Amino acid sequence: MTAREPIIRLTRVTKMYGEYKAVDNLDLSIYPGEIFGLLGPNGAGKSTTILMLLGLSEPTSGSVRVSGLDSVRQPILVKRKVGYLPDDVGFYEDRTGLENLLYTGRLNRLTDQEALARAEKWLTRVGIDYAKDKPVSSYSRGMRQRLGLADVLMKEPDVLILDEPTLGLDPDGMRQLLDLIKTLSRERNMTVLLSSHHLHQVQSICDRVGLFVQGKLVGVGSIAELSKSLFGEDALRIECEASPANEALIEQIRGIEGVASVEHQDNRIIIDAERDVTPEIAQTVVHSGAQLRELKRKTFGLDEIYYRYFEGRGSA
Amino acid sequence: MREPSLKLPAGLRSSWNRLLAARKKDRAYHPFDAMVRKELSDHLRSWRTNILVLLMGLTCIASIYAVLNGLDPNADLDDTTKEFLFLRLFTATDGTIPPFITFVGFLGPLLGIGMGFDAIQSERSRGTLSRTLAQPIPRDYIITSKFTASIAIIGTLFFAIGLLVMALGILMTGILPTPEQFIRMLLFLAIAVVYVAFWLSLSVLFSVRLKSAATSALCGLGLWIFFLVFYSILVNVIVNALAPPSEYEYVTWTSWFMRISPNYLFEEATRTLLIPEMRTVSGFLTLEQAYGAIPSPLSIGQSLLLVWPQLTALIAGALICYGIAYAGFMRQEIRSR
Repeated sequence: MTAREPIIRLTRVTKMYGEYKAVDNLDLSIYPGEIFGLLGPNGAGKSTTILMLLGLSEPTSGSVRVSGLDSVRQPILVKRKVGYLPDDVGFYEDRTGLENLLYTGRLNRLTDQEALARAEKWLTRVGIDYAKDKPVSSYSRGMRQRLGLADVLMKEPDVLILDEPTLGLDPDGMRQLLDLIKTLSRERNMTVLLSSHHLHQVQSICDRVGLFVQGKLVGVGSIAELSKSLFGEDALRIECEASPANEALIEQIRGIEGVASVEHQDNRIIIDAERDVTPEIAQTVVHSGAQLRELKRKTFGLDEIYYRYFEGRGSA
Repeated sequence: MREPSLKLPAGLRSSWNRLLAARKKDRAYHPFDAMVRKELSDHLRSWRTNILVLLMGLTCIASIYAVLNGLDPNADLDDTTKEFLFLRLFTATDGTIPPFITFVGFLGPLLGIGMGFDAIQSERSRGTLSRTLAQPIPRDYIITSKFTASIAIIGTLFFAIGLLVMALGILMTGILPTPEQFIRMLLFLAIAVVYVAFWLSLSVLFSVRLKSAATSALCGLGLWIFFLVFYSILVNVIVNALAPPSEYEYVTWTSWFMRISPNYLFEEATRTLLIPEMRTVSGFLTLEQAYGAIPSPLSIGQSLLLVWPQLTALIAGALICYGIAYAGFMRQEIRSR
């Protein structure tokens, strides 16, 4: 890949609703082919950002560019390339799933044959082709969400924007949908922007995430990067279970170079370290004659990162 | 893929093939076209539109039928009545049921309100608005396509009813309308469409502005009933309170106040068009004005000239409501539900 040009670029974007700043001086670049997760609590400005990307809402200041097009001035061209699945997607209930897709196809200037071919293809792909001739009113929540995905794919977009795609889905349906999104993104080299407040699903499929709090982007990067920047080098926590865990053993562990702090409770020892000291700890425990039951290096997941941000915010 | 079996000259054959290909070629609709088609088919499928259309059609035909039945074949008619007997079918009444034009003035708004009151809300509450807006179409297509489809249905309905009723009149009376009368009828139908378009755009305006469909339906219907029933009472009270110095002022002021009501404008316009003997829309003529007037029917151009202000006012009203609805919709923030 040549010099990576971002496919979505927001520069110093601010959106005011009266006195209220929904989005505050946002800078964000998203690159082709990546899956980007927008994370944040309700009302953090995720949906507003998405609406601005599509040109459905105008930023108060700043510029929004998608595929090199200005979303404010050329919203129609942008919407040709961007597929958007709103969080509470609705369909014409009395029409069948296929008819709904064909209508979307027509709005995208597909000929009837093309539209039909694409609709059949995507309905099969999302796995609801068996229900294509049933009215949407008979669809379940999961089927609607799948139909929504097929609907967005009708225009075969470069960028897929999904607002809370898994809202109201059961865990199994959620996993299937996310797998599908991930596979599609990889095989079509499609950029996916996903907003959510479900941390785990975001963690499972996103290449990078952006954390939104009160209209500000407080952190961007892969989960590893975020955890590094947040927890610094002492980001390593090692949990160890050894018996007997006596004072002597604790002292010895404290003595290992790079160990920042040691806490213990009965046989469980929790060690915060600046570097990976797992092998040394194992050695020490075994040498002391104690039995090593469990030794686990813990990495920080999105949960910890997320809460750490809010803790920081709360105390600041 | 049947080949035409007979031998055609090469030129003819290629054009024949082109014709075949054109028919088979699958077409891409213009998005606006596609949207209007969808709205039309929504209307045709909906119970609401079908019931409204049925109601409208049946009452109108019933009123004509009543007039036709009440015609006394031996009545001694003066010349002008005879001349315009055909038009009388639409303005006269046998006393049991109001005339055709009253029905149109009365039920037309209901049709307009019924078709437009939830135009935008229904899309919003179904969650289809944000999905449609995410497609590469200008935002105004949504509101314009709804308006176009409704007008198309109303226009078709009115012209169909109008022509049917004319045919019925010809069949039952044996009188043929003159071309001028026919044009008067067509003009009347066109004004009726404009009048309903006014109510339609008013209700679309409500549907853009108000959050719930029930509220916007109530607002529309409330306004309809207000103009239909209470407005004339109100005007009476106001004019009496203003204490006009003479009967002339009384009549003029009343008609000026009444002209705020679209129903009254419609009534004036249609009566003047369908009753050629109507020489003025003002309710009061001074002796000097009446003195030189020749008591003969007006030509169609003159009738039209007489109601031109009413017609302009109706069109302007429809356009203003539509304009406000349009502007409001374009500036609205579209959130999902």
